Amino acid sequence: MTAAAAQFDAMVPSACVLKQVTKETPDTFTLAVARENGSGENAFAPGQFSMLWVFGVGELPISISGDPSKHDELVYTVRSVGKATHALVSQKPGTEIGVRGPFGHGWPFQAARGHDVIIVAGGIGLAPLRPMIYEVFQNRAEYGRLVILYGARSPRELLYRKELAAWARQPETQVLVTVDYGGIGWHGHVGVVTTLFKYARLHPARSVAMICGPEIMMRFVTRQLQEHGLQEQNIYLSMERNMKCAAGFCGHCQYGKHFICKDGPVFPYAEIAQLLDKYEL
Amino acid sequence: MATRAQTPRAPRKKREPSPTRNSPRAAAEATSKGNGSQPKPNSGKRNAKTASAIEFDRANHRPALITPEQLEKLIATLINDGFEVIGPTVRDEAITYDPVKCVADLPAGWTDEQEPARYRLKKSDNPALFGYSLGAQSWKTFLHPAEARLFAAEKQNGAFHILNNDPIPAVSRALLGVRACELAAIRAQDRVLLGDKYRDPIYGSRRESALIIAVQCSHAAATCFCVSIGSGPKVSDGFDLLLTELVDANGHRFVVEPGTDRGIGLLARVDAKPALEADLAAVESALASAAQQQRKLDTAGLKEFLYENFENPQWDKISARCLSCANCTMSCPTCFCTTVDDATDVTGTHAERCRRWDSCFTQSFSYIHGGSIRTSAKARYRQWMTHKLAAWTDQFGSLGCVGCGRCITWCPAAIDITEEVRAMREGGVRADA
Repeated sequence: MTAAAAQFDAMVPSACVLKQVTKETPDTFTLAVARENGSGENAFAPGQFSMLWVFGVGELPISISGDPSKHDELVYTVRSVGKATHALVSQKPGTEIGVRGPFGHGWPFQAARGHDVIIVAGGIGLAPLRPMIYEVFQNRAEYGRLVILYGARSPRELLYRKELAAWARQPETQVLVTVDYGGIGWHGHVGVVTTLFKYARLHPARSVAMICGPEIMMRFVTRQLQEHGLQEQNIYLSMERNMKCAAGFCGHCQYGKHFICKDGPVFPYAEIAQLLDKYEL
Repeated sequence: MATRAQTPRAPRKKREPSPTRNSPRAAAEATSKGNGSQPKPNSGKRNAKTASAIEFDRANHRPALITPEQLEKLIATLINDGFEVIGPTVRDEAITYDPVKCVADLPAGWTDEQEPARYRLKKSDNPALFGYSLGAQSWKTFLHPAEARLFAAEKQNGAFHILNNDPIPAVSRALLGVRACELAAIRAQDRVLLGDKYRDPIYGSRRESALIIAVQCSHAAATCFCVSIGSGPKVSDGFDLLLTELVDANGHRFVVEPGTDRGIGLLARVDAKPALEADLAAVESALASAAQQQRKLDTAGLKEFLYENFENPQWDKISARCLSCANCTMSCPTCFCTTVDDATDVTGTHAERCRRWDSCFTQSFSYIHGGSIRTSAKARYRQWMTHKLAAWTDQFGSLGCVGCGRCITWCPAAIDITEEVRAMREGGVRADA
């Protein structure tokens, strides 16, 4: 293969067999995709994403939500919100989907070793954080306490419910879940995710926080974290913009001076603090 | 960051030549019909050595002199070498870059008048072939094509395989008449599409096989401001040959400087003679005349100024006039943004994925699930101008504007980027909300 052809592969998907589709919520599904050689170039870091292509329909940037130590599969959690995402979650196991990537910079897990880890997620924002949670549990001795704060709109929109319960039973781990609207049968917290901070047992001086969710939620969470005394340099966020190429060519994912595809999607808070409260940026 | 929906189709713009007319395949067929057997253009590498003996005196850096007849011979030589020569022609009452076969195809005696929202071609008494400034179209049409197929794929029983994954154009092109600002634009796109972790093979293959014949300006349009940006009118590097057209009492001639060994080889093949001191003085005076420009853009501290003025009332004033038509981005020689289209045939077993120019002025450009980020014209104009004049510097180490003035000429609402920056600066810095 010539150098030019090797380069071109970044824009051309590989055909990967869809192994399993699991329904998480009424509109959200987790897809497991087989991969041939996960130990080499397409091993991924927690927080990275892939471009998933449905034959003839469209392509989407989707965060990897699976276990980074499993080298035989890539796992994605997809919410069906439009034509391409609907087509993606409707694929039958055994069919092939196109996969490009992984792309981008993920969570700073190496820098977080030796620290407490605070995970704050809103809605589907838990998906790109799940590989980081797996990373902590697999290297448990490397990390301090793990605190997971998770908010969703309603109980039926909570992702990974069984895993959340299992994580909560682990030592040195606190899992707090809240919903915007509880309804009958919900006995947990009600309110936006920032209301969970008063229940969280945090040691701000030795913590690294990783946040993913709607921008408005991330703005208020970063504020809360700083009020609790977390250092600005220990806060990381995963950002989202429209994306076509994931390689820095299409221009769509620009966020101020950043390209989310190649500079992100995970950014240190200090790098984007000035941008977070800018409307229509 | 988990799900993002596909954007709908962006409006299609008409500034680029039709795909059939300029597709590499069509061009290859046209060329092969014209010349039965032809040698391949040499290797495609920009600095490839030419075999021919170097008779031209490069050691002394003495520029050469050629006549319009020798330019004719130069074009014929390039065509004979297998190049498709793209140069300025008159089409639809404007200068457009199209395949040229001879000097007669070039716009002899045509000049242009440009003002905000106004472009007119005018016949002049001067027989100059390059007496115009710039048309709407830029060289990105040929290097970063408006439409390109990324790949095709075929599906059988739920499995698919990729077909025709070949980004290499069928023919190498010689670009004739590249101005200083346009060379700066090509350098800017080089940085975006070739200079980072990933390399765009569609742009890269076209760029590497292109032979560049630059032409220095001898006058500026009213919309030009390359002097402010520092991108012109003098061409310093990035060319194979550099022409300066002179028409005076000493006749119609071109001072030619080679920039590469390939350029030296070409000059030798058209029997170029050394230029005289008087010719070189005439080049300097032509450049001095081109440097007389009406428009200025004060770039000092511009990046910080624009970052600080995210909320400035001038944005509202601009957006009251901006039609979000995307003309500025289509005609801009550095704008590189693209979108993709997926399509299948009627059986659903054959799929193609195509890339097309896109514009940050469309609503769909910033669409993510739940709606567009930049819904207002104000936000979209601000994104475009702030990217050109501020963020580009952080991203790629230079301004994203080369001062060609196309966005001024081709804006139907006559919005002038230099004027808007001036108005905003005079309005003063307003504290960010």
